[in-house]
Amino acid sequence: MLHDKDRIFTNLYGIHDWRLDGARSRGDWDDTGAILAKGREWIVEEIKQSGLRGRGGAGFPAGMKWSFMPKEVDEKRPHYLVVNADESEPGTCKDRDIIRHDPHKLVEGSLVAGFAMGAHTAFIYIRGEFVREAQVLQAAVDEAYEAGLLGKDACGSGWAMDVVVHRGAGAYICGEETAMLESLEGKKGQPRIKPPFPAAMGLYGCPTTINNVETIAVAPTICRRGASWFAGFGRENNTGTKVFCISGHVNNPCNVEEEMSIPLKELVEKHAGGVRGGWNNLKAVIPGGASVPLLPKSTCDSVLMDFDALREVRSGLGTAAVIVMDKSTDVVAAIARLSKFYMHESCGQCTPCREGTGWMWRVMERLVRGDAEIAEIDALLDVTKQVEGHTICALGDAAAWPIQGLVRHFRDEIEQRIIDRKTHSRIQAA
Amino acid sequence: MSVEQAASFAFTPENEAEADKIVGRYPAGRQASAVLALLDIAQRQCGGWLPRAAMDHVAKRLSMAPIRVYEVVTFYEMFYDRPRGTHEVRVCTTTPCWLRGSADLVKTCEAELGIRVGETTEDGQYSLSEFECLGACVNAPIVWIDDDYYEDLDSEKLKAVLDAFRRGETPKPGSQSGRQTSAPAPGPTTLTAKTAKEAR
Repeated sequence: MLHDKDRIFTNLYGIHDWRLDGARSRGDWDDTGAILAKGREWIVEEIKQSGLRGRGGAGFPAGMKWSFMPKEVDEKRPHYLVVNADESEPGTCKDRDIIRHDPHKLVEGSLVAGFAMGAHTAFIYIRGEFVREAQVLQAAVDEAYEAGLLGKDACGSGWAMDVVVHRGAGAYICGEETAMLESLEGKKGQPRIKPPFPAAMGLYGCPTTINNVETIAVAPTICRRGASWFAGFGRENNTGTKVFCISGHVNNPCNVEEEMSIPLKELVEKHAGGVRGGWNNLKAVIPGGASVPLLPKSTCDSVLMDFDALREVRSGLGTAAVIVMDKSTDVVAAIARLSKFYMHESCGQCTPCREGTGWMWRVMERLVRGDAEIAEIDALLDVTKQVEGHTICALGDAAAWPIQGLVRHFRDEIEQRIIDRKTHSRIQAA
Repeated sequence: MSVEQAASFAFTPENEAEADKIVGRYPAGRQASAVLALLDIAQRQCGGWLPRAAMDHVAKRLSMAPIRVYEVVTFYEMFYDRPRGTHEVRVCTTTPCWLRGSADLVKTCEAELGIRVGETTEDGQYSLSEFECLGACVNAPIVWIDDDYYEDLDSEKLKAVLDAFRRGETPKPGSQSGRQTSAPAPGPTTLTAKTAKEAR
């Protein structure tokens, strides 16, 4: 069990002052210069040793990602850090709390991470809908400049660091890292083909690393308390603490920072007041945001909340956004709504995704009504396979996986609905 | 449908200064990066939508081809190239909000405002739309009005919020059930004096 003394986001609920004085009283900006004085390699190594894996969904080891940046900085090609605050994955609302209640952790993290990768500029790309959150973040950045924590001589380190808050304008796809770069450059947010990878050719064609808000915001605390402290939580290869978002049919939906690898059932019962109507009233859980396949109750009984455990049950930790559905849920409709989401958010660049997401949604809508042939379930599955892996970015995969998960676990229910409708219309005809 | 277009557009002096400040944050020659920010300023100045003249002004200001600005405007959900109501009422209807009753909120909005999703009231006060995941899912269901989220809603609470707007007030944003932001409703299970003491 994680104790409060080991929680990083000590103002997660905004009970205390988010401004600089408040943040300092919670330990932020405490001799940040000393961390920087240890050097780039030390910071990258510490993050590697901590086992921190990216908190934005893919779970790529953060220290390794940072080490991909060129060692030497070419003056004509400055390095950039881009912080992904375009939080839009359905079910996910953790970065919002970090930004509005603990913004200085993110600003300080931008300095520490930026310095570690040789960047003098960090852009924080925040979704346009977060108007108030962006105002708080900008105010925190302004405070940091005034206090000399950012600017020409950040924290007295001799390192120049600028942090720019950049607002988006309502497009889920801009959370995809290369679409985010396009958007930052003032274009439509359409993903780029990789390679070249951003570490070689990113923003303005310069070496760039893109990390999620939570990944960056935990970095200063890891540097202060040590890699082994962070690595002491969770299972091997799945270390640290994590902010979970528990939504849907629970008694007390909430965000909470817990230890990685906590059992799903414990997470839901301890913090979210349990499933509405009790654990046995559970139907399914989407454990990591809309893009990962759902899990039936039987799996939820014992699964752990970490990258590897959820991958073993053919789902994923994603953003750790736990969407709970009780037995009253029309699970086909719940997934059909996600299909509509992906159709709406497809950027239109790749044909399999542009056409496929709409096609899948239309079939899903018919499955909701049972207005289909049983053979169409396999046709739908086949189309998900045609989309998956055949697009520039992972939005196509993300649109395919929830449907695959639904068919894998609730095929009986889909078939029954089709049979019931046929029976019903035969009775009416008679 | 043709739209009555203003003949010209210029930023107000305050907005011009704000635009300068924002453009200055990007590297020299990379001023196009400020396009989203400048369009947002222009849209607010124009009462919630972007006449062609405003887009052209932004294009010129940032040395962009006008077509590049038009495609940005049509790509991003938060920009409008048609007149809008004074207040934007946007109901999140993606699965986490749907599980918590967003379908009822859509009906409530339609009944209260007397319009369907996608329409604007005749007096030009309210535009109603459905929006994809707003990213406040543990406070679902959510309605986003102008710049603020109204959270933990049901039909009754939403009605109260809309009534307040109609009285010319701006109701207090955030949770309408009175809980502390995203903490569990009966009180936090972590980060309290009590849990801190247990930790020691």
